[in-house]
Amino acid sequence: MEIVIIIVAGILIATATYLMLSKSILRIVIGTGLLAHGAHILLLAMGGLKRGAAPLLGQQADAYADPLPQALILTAIVISFGVTSFFLVLAYRAYQELKTDDMDKLRGNENHE
Amino acid sequence: MSLIHLVILSPLLLAIFVPLLHKYFKSIHTGWFVLILPLVLFVYFLSYLGTSMSGNTYLSTMNWIPSMGINFSVYVDGLGLLFALLITGIGSLVVLYSIYYLSKEKEALNTFYVYLLMFMGAMLGVVLSDNLIVLYSFWELTSISSFLLISYWYHREKSRYGALKSMLITVFGGLAMLAGIILLYNMTGTFSVRETIANVDLVTGHELFVPALILFLLGAFTKSAQFPFHIWLPDAMEAPTPVSAYLHSATMVKAGIYLVARMSPVFAGAPEWFWLISVFGIITLFWGSFSAVKQTDLKSILAFSTISQLGLIMTLLGVGSAAVYYDYLSPNVYTVATLAAVFHLINHATFKGSLFMVVGIVDHETGTRDIRKLGGLMNLMPITFTLAIIGCFSMAGLPPFNGFLSKEMFFTGMLRATEIGVWNMDTLGWLFPVLAWVASIFTFIYSMVIVFKTFTGKLQPEKLDKKPHEAPMGMLIPPIVLASLVIIFGFFPNTLKGIIFPTLHSIFPGNFTVEEVDIYFWHGWTPELFMTIGVIGFGTFLYLTLAKWGKIYNWFPQRLTLNKLYDGGLVGLERGSFAFTKFYMTGYIRNYLVMIFGFMAILLAILLTRNGAFNFNLDNTTPVGVYEVVLSLIMVISAITILFTTSRLSAIIALGVVGYSMALFFVLFRAPDLALTQLIVETVSVALFLLCFYHLPDLSKEVSRLKFRLTNFIISVSVGLVVILIGLSVNSSRLFESISSYFEVASYEEAGGKNMVNVILVDFRGLDTLFEIAVLTIAAFGIFAMIKLRLADKKGEVNDEG
Repeated sequence: MEIVIIIVAGILIATATYLMLSKSILRIVIGTGLLAHGAHILLLAMGGLKRGAAPLLGQQADAYADPLPQALILTAIVISFGVTSFFLVLAYRAYQELKTDDMDKLRGNENHE
Repeated sequence: MSLIHLVILSPLLLAIFVPLLHKYFKSIHTGWFVLILPLVLFVYFLSYLGTSMSGNTYLSTMNWIPSMGINFSVYVDGLGLLFALLITGIGSLVVLYSIYYLSKEKEALNTFYVYLLMFMGAMLGVVLSDNLIVLYSFWELTSISSFLLISYWYHREKSRYGALKSMLITVFGGLAMLAGIILLYNMTGTFSVRETIANVDLVTGHELFVPALILFLLGAFTKSAQFPFHIWLPDAMEAPTPVSAYLHSATMVKAGIYLVARMSPVFAGAPEWFWLISVFGIITLFWGSFSAVKQTDLKSILAFSTISQLGLIMTLLGVGSAAVYYDYLSPNVYTVATLAAVFHLINHATFKGSLFMVVGIVDHETGTRDIRKLGGLMNLMPITFTLAIIGCFSMAGLPPFNGFLSKEMFFTGMLRATEIGVWNMDTLGWLFPVLAWVASIFTFIYSMVIVFKTFTGKLQPEKLDKKPHEAPMGMLIPPIVLASLVIIFGFFPNTLKGIIFPTLHSIFPGNFTVEEVDIYFWHGWTPELFMTIGVIGFGTFLYLTLAKWGKIYNWFPQRLTLNKLYDGGLVGLERGSFAFTKFYMTGYIRNYLVMIFGFMAILLAILLTRNGAFNFNLDNTTPVGVYEVVLSLIMVISAITILFTTSRLSAIIALGVVGYSMALFFVLFRAPDLALTQLIVETVSVALFLLCFYHLPDLSKEVSRLKFRLTNFIISVSVGLVVILIGLSVNSSRLFESISSYFEVASYEEAGGKNMVNVILVDFRGLDTLFEIAVLTIAAFGIFAMIKLRLADKKGEVNDEG
């Protein structure tokens, strides 16, 4: 099962990379979102996908899923959400001020020192 | 810290007080306060003469960075003392001269004397330091103070150009020398010159010997203006004349000579040392004297003449180094070359110093240094004229001045060089006396040009800014002192024995004793004498016919001069680096991302293949389930949909599908908290995406189709592949068990919670959560600020959005 998940993560990251190399700012933001998903799922797979109960002690099970990667992913989800939302609003404001979402046009001044 | 340390640092200490003296004693020329110090120091160093003559040396150490073997060790031997006397002696005269040369009212005297004292202290440090790192520190301080002094009249463009040029060239050499010092340290384990000489066996034959030698010579050649690094010296003539006299004739340019002499015990005896010094010296000698003839500015003539004479001294040191190869066989004929080098070093300092002062007087009293405007000053400035004759005739090597003696000894040295039977000298040796003789003819010509074009002929008062008259006495005293030394050393050269022979002992240390020979005026009908007669004869003939053959100087292509090469090199460097920076700093974010991703993929791929890190086995894997495979397919398909869709809405929805599938994955993989969070976060994210990119009225809802670009495709596929390969390798080799069994036990017993994930988040690893909260807070404040803060509006700039 891990092999499948790793391949899915690889495809997600490849897609994200391709999107981030494009000109449109929206595609870049979507790319970062996909990249985050790829990273999270990779984290989960690396922790091992052994069957077991959810990490809740009330279940009285013999084996539990590994709680540590879950805690790490939870932190990562929240942080990537914060960054993505900031990035979105930044892109939005950039569009408002500069009237473009083309990264090739958002190059800065040619003659700056 | 002993007295001698204080003596070396005293100019620097006085430099601190110079601005105060300048400020509070306005009526007195600041130079008078400064003058006392070099005089006192000169007398102080004279007191070492007795020690030095009896063959003793003086050593005193002050700790600086003892843990690295860097200590301020002062070592006074013959060589150091000779230079210290030159520095303080000529320093006193130059300060006296500058008092009359620089106007109290018009010039910024405080900075001038600060720089000059800084230079004097630095130069004393160079010649008296035993520790190479300390020597290097002082060496660079001379470069810096020389830079400041050349650009003293900083509002002139030429001054700044000359200062920058000299700085670049001498600092380049200084850094090369530092590298040489470090190589030497690698070989011997000490920075001390004395200990290096004592352990010279470690250096000779070492594989770093030749690199260290070349690096040291780079330092010496740049500082002493040897070919092809001589180009900075003529441009340094933009400095005030006292500076030119002091730094660029008598002291700083001899620092390279000092270095060669000081390092001779380490490197001499090697063919590389002999050839590099002799050949570059003789080329410099010839080229300097040849170029001096075509100059029309008196200071430029003197600058090229200095270059040429430095080349002469360098050649003599090179030829003299053969003495070490012959193991100081007595009577050694090659030590005479070194003797001539030291003798000419003293002579050059005296006559060149006085000539610069003479030129300064002419400039000061007539307002020009151009020989085409000058002439007929003989009757108006008789004392200056006499001084010029003494200096120039000595420079040309005419009897009865000291230059004659050193020139004879120079010819002796060159003739003896042909007898060296090693290092291919038997085939090429004849070049030395021939080049030396031709160079001497040119030296004779430009010396005569200085005297006769300036002082004889017709006076051209209409071309002069001022009405020429004799200089004030104070200005004349320093050159008079130097010129009388020229004559005294000429008639009684043996008075210098007390300083020359201890110097030779420093250059040739060990058990070797230099035979103390007398320097005679008349040494019989020798080949040297005939050579001198030939120089005078040919020189006179060529001087008289200068107008006819002088045109050959125009034959040289102007584009190929070294100055053009230097200027072109600087411009080329600047343009090249600009073009290179333009090439990779394109400003397009895509290019940077291509570089970052590409670099990452290539580096990781190389690591994986090179170290054989990739492995693959299925031992640890769990069985594949149907739900997961279906979910994976949904995820991959929707991710790929994003690539091909042209509608913003579909792209956003497809991203949402990926996110919700993630949540389902979390459900399948027994992660309820993650599933909850993922659902909420994805919902809010999709809402935000829609808000920003769909529901904005003025944004078109369609985007153009994503164009296929092969480089993007290759890079993203390789990034994905590398991630997959690394993931598989990591998954195939688990090194140790997870620590999670601890949480299963401790969650309830120690933390009192049954939800392990939440206990980890707030109890075991609560700090992560604290800062994750901080991240969210910052993001929220940032978003708020971005939306609310409109500084552009407040400044009244045009903003259509309103």
